Amino acid sequence: MRLELIKRPQQSAFFSAVSPLFALLLTLIAGVIIFTLLGKPPLAALYTYFIEPLSEVWQLHELAIKAGPLIMIAVGLSVAYRSNNWNIGAEGQFIMGGIAGSLIPILVPGFQNFMTLPLMLIFGFAGGALYGAIPALLKTRFNTNEILTSLMLVYVAQLFLDWLARGVFRDPNGNNFPGSIRFPSAARLPEIDPAQGAAHWGFVLSIVAAVIVWAMMQYSLKGFEVKLLGESPRAGRFAGFSSARMVFFAFLLSGGLAGLAGISEVSGAIGQLRENISPGYGFTAIIVAFLGRLNPIGTIAAGLVLALTYLGGEGAQMSLGISDKVARVFQGLILFFVLGCDTLIHYRIRLVFGDPAAKTAAEG
Amino acid sequence: MDMFQNILLTIATASTPLLIAAIGELVVERSGVLNLGVEGMMVIGAVCGFAAALMTGSPWIGVLAAIIAGMLLSLLFGFLAISLATNQVATGLSLTLLGIGLSGMIGENFVGQAGIRLPNLDIPVLTDIPMVGRLIFGQDPLFYISLALTAGVMWFLFKTRTGLTLRAIGDSHKSAHALGINVLKYRYLAVMFGGGCAGLAGAHLSLVYTPQWVENMTAGRGWIALALVVFSSWRPWRVIGGAYLFGAVTIGQLHAQALGFGIPSQFLSSLPYVATIVVLVLISRNRRLTVMNTPASLAQPFVPDR
Repeated sequence: MRLELIKRPQQSAFFSAVSPLFALLLTLIAGVIIFTLLGKPPLAALYTYFIEPLSEVWQLHELAIKAGPLIMIAVGLSVAYRSNNWNIGAEGQFIMGGIAGSLIPILVPGFQNFMTLPLMLIFGFAGGALYGAIPALLKTRFNTNEILTSLMLVYVAQLFLDWLARGVFRDPNGNNFPGSIRFPSAARLPEIDPAQGAAHWGFVLSIVAAVIVWAMMQYSLKGFEVKLLGESPRAGRFAGFSSARMVFFAFLLSGGLAGLAGISEVSGAIGQLRENISPGYGFTAIIVAFLGRLNPIGTIAAGLVLALTYLGGEGAQMSLGISDKVARVFQGLILFFVLGCDTLIHYRIRLVFGDPAAKTAAEG
Repeated sequence: MDMFQNILLTIATASTPLLIAAIGELVVERSGVLNLGVEGMMVIGAVCGFAAALMTGSPWIGVLAAIIAGMLLSLLFGFLAISLATNQVATGLSLTLLGIGLSGMIGENFVGQAGIRLPNLDIPVLTDIPMVGRLIFGQDPLFYISLALTAGVMWFLFKTRTGLTLRAIGDSHKSAHALGINVLKYRYLAVMFGGGCAGLAGAHLSLVYTPQWVENMTAGRGWIALALVVFSSWRPWRVIGGAYLFGAVTIGQLHAQALGFGIPSQFLSSLPYVATIVVLVLISRNRRLTVMNTPASLAQPFVPDR
C-alpha cells in the first residue's frame, strides 16, 4: 500500500480554510493518546489544557500576555517566509530588542518622562532589526545560508544577555542576584485594565502590527513584491524587483518586530532585564506563523491557540501533575499536522493498494 | 607530553558526535533532501540512549535504542517531506521543535541521575604505549565507529552503483525517475540513515561525552552538524576536518575558561557558534563553487507523475 499525490488543477479553497482546524483536531486526538499513555484521564486533561485557562477574566489577561509576543514575532516571520527568507533566529532578535530597549532605563535611569517609553520601543525595534540584518548581510554579500547563521546568532544573543544580566548590568543593590535594576514606572508598558488583570499594552501593539502588516501585504506594491519574489524569484527579477533588497526588507521587518516584542516583554511583563527573558517565544512563533497560514491576521488566532498551550501546560502541571514539557510536544505536533494537512490544498491523496504496474516500473 | 595526548583525546571526544551526525546528514542531502531536524533527532537519541542504558544496565542497548529512536523520528519527517511533499525547511524545523519537547518529557524523571558510560577500548600493551597508545587504541567505541562510518559512506557514495544512483537522485530527481529509479524509496532510506546517525550522535553525548541527561544537552550541535555538511561541500572526508576543527574550538574555549584570562566565560562559550558563522561565510563566499557543489535537487519536494 502506498500514498499517491495527485496535483489539483487549482488550489482547494475548502482545504485552505479548514486545514488549520483539521490540524488542531488531529492535535487533540494525539493529546488523548499521549495522556492515555501517561496514565492520566485524557478528557479531563484536555479540559485542563484548552478550556479551563479560558474560564476567568484574569486568565484571559494571562493569555494575552503570552499571545502578545507570539503574534508580534509571527507577523514579521510570516512576511519573511512568504518572501522565501528563512529567518529562524527570531529568538535572538527578541533578546537583542529587549537588551537595546533596556539600555535607556538602565543607563539613564534619571530620564523619566513621556518620551521614555516610545524611545525604548524604537530602540527595541532597532536592536532586533540590526541583529536580523546580520544574516541578511551575510546572505546577500557572501551567499551564506541564512537558516544556519540566524540560528547560530540565537545562542550568541542568549550568552550575551546572560553576561549583561550577571555582569555589567547587574543591580548593585540586588544582593548578587542576576538581573538589572527594576524599571521605573515611566519605563513600564502600562497594564490595559489593572483592575481586571495583568495584561499590558504589548498585546494591543501586536494586534496593531498584525493589521498594518496585513494591509501592507494585501494592498501595497511591497506586499505584491514579497509574494512575487517568494513564489517566483525569476519573475520577480523580470518585474524589476531586487531580491537582495527583499532579503534585507524581510530580515529588518521580522527582526524589528521580534525586537519590539522583546522590549514589550521586558518592559511590560517582567519589569527588568533578566538573564532569561523568553520561554522560547521566538521558536514557538515559527509554529504560529505557519498555523496562521503565513497571513498576519491569521497569526492573531494562531497566537492565541499557542498561548493557550503555554497556560494549559502550567495548569495541567498544577492540577493533574502532568509535566509542563507536554506543552512543547503539543506545539511541535501542531506544526507537523499543519504542514501535513496543507498538502491537501495542492494535492488529492490517493491510497494505492498493490499496484503491480507501478511496482515493475519502480524496480525497472 | 601526556597532557598533549589528553587534550587530543578530549578533542576527539568532542568531535565524534559532530562527525557522526554530519556524515548522516550528508547522505540525506546527497539524496536531495534537507532535514533540518538533526538537532531534534540527536536530542531524542541522547535521552532514549540514556534511559535505555539506565533501565537495562547495558550501554550498548542504550546505543541501539538511540539509533532506533532517531530512525523513528526521521520516518515521521520522511512521511511528511517525502510522501506528502511538504516544505522541507518547515518540516525539519518542526521535527527539531518536537524532538526537543519530547526529549524533555521523556527525560524528566532522569534529570540528575548518574548515567552509565560506554567503556573505552582497552587492548593490553597497545593501549599503554606512551604518547599515542590511548589515542589510537584506547578511545570510546563510537570514536572508531565514527571513522568507519565516514570511510563506509565515502566508499558507498563514490564506489558503488547504489551510491551513484543516490547522488544522481540528489542532482536531478526528474531524470532519475525517468530512468525508472524509485526516487522516494531511496530518499526514505537515506533519511532513515541520517536519523540513525543523529540518534547515535546523541547517544555519544549522553553515554560517553557527559554520561547524564540534561535538558537540551545537544546545545545546538545538531545545527553545527548541518553547517559542517555545507562546510564540507558535501564531501565525506572534509567532514572529518570540519568536525575536528569544531571539536578543537570547543575544547580550546573550555581550557581558556579554566585558565581565566579575564575574558567573560559567556564570550568564550559563544566561540563555537561564532566560528560556525565565520566558517560558513568563508566557504560559501564563492557563489559559483557553492552552486556547483550543492546537490541540485536539494530541498525540492518530488511528486512522481504516473
